[in-house]
This record gives sequence, structure tokens and C-alpha cells, in this order.
Amino acid sequence: LAGFGNLMQDVLWCFSQVKGTIDIGVAEADIISTVEFNHTGELLATGDKGGRVVIFQREQESKNQPHRRGEYNVYSTFQSHEPEFDYLKSLEIEEKINKIRWLPQQNAAYFLLSTNDKTVKLWKVSERDKRPEGYNLKDEDGRLRDPSMITVLRVPVLRPMDLMVEATPRRVFANAHTYHINSISVNSDYETYMSADDLRINLWNFEITNQSFNIVDIKPANMEELTEVITAAEFHPHHCNTFVYSSSKGTIRLCDMRTSALCDRHAKFFEEPEDPSNRSFFSEIISSISDVKFSHSGRYIMTRDYLTVKVWDLNMENRPIETYQVHDYLRSKLCSLYENDCIFDKFECVWNGSDSVIMTGSYNNFFRMFDRNTKRDVTLEASRENSKPRAILKPRKVCVGGKRRKDEISVDSLDFSKKILHTAWHPSENIIAVAATNNLYIFQDKVN
Amino acid sequence: MFVRGLKRKCFDGEEDIEGTLAGIKAIPSYNLQRQSLLDMSLVKLQLCHMLVEPNLCRSVLIANTVRQIQEEMTQDGTWQMINTQSTGQASLDRLVSTDILCRSSREQAEGKHVPGYSTFNKDFEGDQARDSSETMSTASSVQAPRNLHSNVWEMETSQENKGNFQKSLDQIFETLENKSPNAVEDLFSEVDNSYYDLDTMLTGMMSNTKMGHCDGLETFSSPTTTTSNSNCKSDLNELDHIVEILVES
Repeated sequence: LAGFGNLMQDVLWCFSQVKGTIDIGVAEADIISTVEFNHTGELLATGDKGGRVVIFQREQESKNQPHRRGEYNVYSTFQSHEPEFDYLKSLEIEEKINKIRWLPQQNAAYFLLSTNDKTVKLWKVSERDKRPEGYNLKDEDGRLRDPSMITVLRVPVLRPMDLMVEATPRRVFANAHTYHINSISVNSDYETYMSADDLRINLWNFEITNQSFNIVDIKPANMEELTEVITAAEFHPHHCNTFVYSSSKGTIRLCDMRTSALCDRHAKFFEEPEDPSNRSFFSEIISSISDVKFSHSGRYIMTRDYLTVKVWDLNMENRPIETYQVHDYLRSKLCSLYENDCIFDKFECVWNGSDSVIMTGSYNNFFRMFDRNTKRDVTLEASRENSKPRAILKPRKVCVGGKRRKDEISVDSLDFSKKILHTAWHPSENIIAVAATNNLYIFQDKVN
Repeated sequence: MFVRGLKRKCFDGEEDIEGTLAGIKAIPSYNLQRQSLLDMSLVKLQLCHMLVEPNLCRSVLIANTVRQIQEEMTQDGTWQMINTQSTGQASLDRLVSTDILCRSSREQAEGKHVPGYSTFNKDFEGDQARDSSETMSTASSVQAPRNLHSNVWEMETSQENKGNFQKSLDQIFETLENKSPNAVEDLFSEVDNSYYDLDTMLTGMMSNTKMGHCDGLETFSSPTTTTSNSNCKSDLNELDHIVEILVES
């Protein structure tokens, strides 16, 4: 039973680790709001509603314990954003981390961008395992010595110390967004990045914090005419002049920054014609795109709306090449989901390293994977019950009507407060991180 | 944030509306469902968080839904259909299960022509849970003199409905400087004060009792009657502020 690549039927997902408490009452601040692997997969970062960032590092695989493939342990924890108060509007600015994006590693230190609704910060995470000793002007406790008492000069030496990981804010990019930031994306030139809010997208240079270029602005002159907002944005993985942004009307625009300074006119416009037989008052709301992601190859984009995940070929604008139903059984429940606001939940979606499998979350702590080649799909659950070490996850099934089989769960029994909005896939291996409210689950494929 | 998606029994899909109700019942309920969706949407738009800026995407989507309903209601002349009801029971229809709205337009078209509301009044008698939910949906209620002894819904006439609806939508998006203070009072005068009671919100009662009509709104057992303007004014200032924020004044 050897593993044959990424075919769905050969991949058995096993529980690996879970982070977070199992208390009955979940503190709001502990709710995970973003998850992201870095470019090598060595580090895994989470942001929460309390404005904290926790970074996990994968331990080196040990020959003594080959079945324990690199576990993730806490590497660094820091408070990225604090709650603020906007005195002009008499409103709080939440400290919730909306997105974390890693920069590619260029030296020994790690860099990441984290953002709340208004401010983006560049954090440097670095290790310190040596400490200078033997200063001339201060003693070992740090107290200054009287220079007149110094008779001998010596050169300080570096002595080993316990490893310390420190995170320092290197840049703060503030005051550029009137509306709430929903996306940040690092450009492939590694010199610039963009931040997108509901109505505008700004381009930044990492070195410059007091200026940013506005590259998209969809705010109407008269706010009464506002009918569409920006929901997500991302740079092309290879072409530093190209980016896409999605809207609340289910459209995606691809823009080329070379054409003009303000990219109000798109180079490509992706929209699927509406199916008239499925029309309801909720059609627009469920078509609103909550996430857009380029494939690693840069050839495709994936979008997530309320009920489906779609894959688009950049060369075909009039419809997606693939559509996957995430939880179509909710289509008849849209009214209730509108009433309790669940219809506005923003689910994210991710590609695996080879772009052959896509994953997204659902309710009841379910998450779904779709194999683009075999067209198979699976529903798995992140729960404490399935959390025995290396326990294989059993596929779950939702029964829509009629007779419910023993292992199935009926639609009406789904817990809509348990939603998986944020997931991440290791860049090259079958390791996934799934955020379930305040818990982070890590699953790996079965090692033989 | 509102408490989201607590597990609950819900009307959706549990009943085949066309099967269990007689034909006459099914036909007008589309309009009622649509009206209740409209009411729910307007309430959602007005129920802004006082502490944190409201989610603009959500507001825009709800406003678009409201516009869509309004356009459809204007097209099929339903504005004319909402006449003064003879009994208080008619208002109970408004927030019944909205499952029917989720069905395809073809199905809706089949059940759509409405002879009149009076025929199904008595079919919905005695549904107390729904009665209480009427008080939530006050955004589109009238500015006409209030009759203390009858339910707010009974007061609606077509013109007032239209006017109030448009007013609601505009004022959600316009800065309030452009509107006369009276208009604002008219818009919000019917609203139950406790909505904007900060204590109520912070203790979470709002989310549990006010957003889900299926949860049984015992606290709303009596419909809102008079809400004196003086009570509203302090709340109105906060509401003005919220609408301004929505518009980014």
C-alpha cells in the first residue's frame, strides 16, 4: 500500500496535532482568524481575534521516531495589533488579525506581514542564541560603570545562551485605509505588496511607510450608488505586474499595472452567467466571492462563494472550468442562514502544492477536499473525538432527506456555530492546518 | 457580533408548503414571504453595532436585496396590495417560514398570483410567535398617526409604504445632513427602544431574542405602540452617527 502521488483514494488523512484549549467557553480573543504556512512549510503562523500571532515551527524529523514526522511546536508568540479607538468616528478598531502573509526568506530572520482592519505591520522574527559578555562600560547586570574606574579594556565575546526568539515590528503601514482591509498580498518582486479594503487597493513598498499608491478605487462619487465591494485580492505568483480582485457580485477582475497608474479598467473580467432557474432573492448574496487564490502555477484562479468553489482558467473569462459543490444541501436553507447571518460567512479556499487538490471549509467543523484529476471529493471533520495520534480521519456524510444512515448527519443537526473558515496547506507536503474556532488542527497523510 | 447559527430547528424544508397548505394559502404566501424578507433586511440594516464599524460588504448585500425586492414589488404592483387590514391577525402572516423564497423562480411563478389578502387571514389565526415578530419590522411602517389600539401593520397604506421604504434605503446610505430631522424621526419613531439600549445589546439579549423569529420572541409579546419622540431622540443621535459611519461622512 505505497502512496502513489496525490491521488485522492491513496491519501488517508490522519490526525497529527491540535493546538488550543478544550474549555467549554471559548474566549472571543482566542478565535483563530487566519492561518498561513511560510514558503518552505517550516513555519506555520496563526492570528487570532485578540490581535496575537502564534508561530509554530516544524521540528527536525528524527531517525529514532520516523513515524512522528516533524511536529509543529510553538516557536514565537507576540501581540501584533492592539485595539484602537478612532476618536473621529467614536468607533473601536478591532485588533483581530485578518490576514498573515509570509515574505520569502532571504536571510536568517523570518519576515511576515500581519494586518487588522486598518493597519499592516511587517514583523521580523529572529533567533538569538548567543549573548555578548564582557562589556567595558556596563557590568553584567547592565548597570553603567563609572568610566573613571575602568583600568583595563577588553573585547566582549559572544557566549551561547538559551535560544530566544524575538519578534520586532520593523514597519507599520498605517492611515491608508478608510474601509476594512480584507486582503494583503506580497508581490513576486519581493519589494512591494498590496493591501485591499472594501473599496480600494493600495500598493506599498516595504521600505516606505508614509506613502502608498492607490491602484484600484471603486468608491462611487455618491455613496448611495454603492452596490458592489471588493472582497479579496491577490498578486500573480510570477508576474509582478498582474493581480486579481474579486467582488461581492461574484466577479473577478484581472488588472495589469503597466497599463495605467490607476487600474480602474480591468484587463480581464471573469463572470459566470447566472442560471435563471436557480434565481432567488439570495442569488447575489451567495454569489459574493469570499476568497480568491492563484494556483501555484499561475495558470488558474480559484474562487469561493457561499455554496461552491470554482476554478477559472486565466484564458477563459466567460465561465469557470470547474465548479465544486461544497454544501449544496444548504441551498434550501438560505432563508434561515440569511436570518442568522451565516450567509455572510467568509470561507477561504486553498490549493495543495501541486495544484491537483483544493480544500475549503464548511459548518459543523467539516472541511472538504476536491481532487481535480479524479473528481473525487471527501468531507472530513476536525473534532476532538477524532484526535487520537495518527488516527485516520473517517469521511463524513451529510444526509439531505429521507432515511439517515448510521454514520450520516442530517442537515438540521449541523452546528452552524462551528465553522471552518480558515485552512492552510503545506507548500510541498500533504500536511494541512485547519482552524476550528479556537483550536488549530494539523493533519498529515498516513505514513506507512 | 450577532450570535451566529446556533443549532435550532427551523422551518426550512420541514414542510412542503404546497402540500400541507391549501392552494389559496400557498398563493399569497409568496408575497408575505417577500414582505417578511424585506422587513428582516431593513431591520438588519438598521441594527448596527454601536462599538465597531459595521461590515460594509454585508450592508451592501442586504441593501441590494432590499432594492431587488422593492423593484419586484413595484413591477407587479404589489405595493397596491398592502391595504389596511381589517383584523390584527393578518399581520401574523408576515414572518412565516420564508422557505418559499428560496425555491426557484419557476416554482414561485406558479404560485404567484394573489387575489387578495383577506382570503387567508383566518388561516393564520392564533400564531402568537409570529405576532411578536411584527414589532421588529418597523422600518417600513407608517408615519401616519398611530392608532394605539391596533397593530402597526394595520396602518400601512401603499403610498406610505413606498415612501417609507425609499426613505429607509436612502437614509441608510446618505449622510443625514441632507435630510430633515423630521424624516429621521419618522423613520425610527416606530422602532422599539430596547433595540438601541446599549445594556441590552451588551448582555447579548439582542442576538438571542431579536434576530431569530423562530426562537420565539417572548420579549416582544406586545406590539410596539407609542414610542414617544423624546425617548427616541438620544437613540436617534446614535443612529445618526451609525448611518454616517456607514456612508463615511
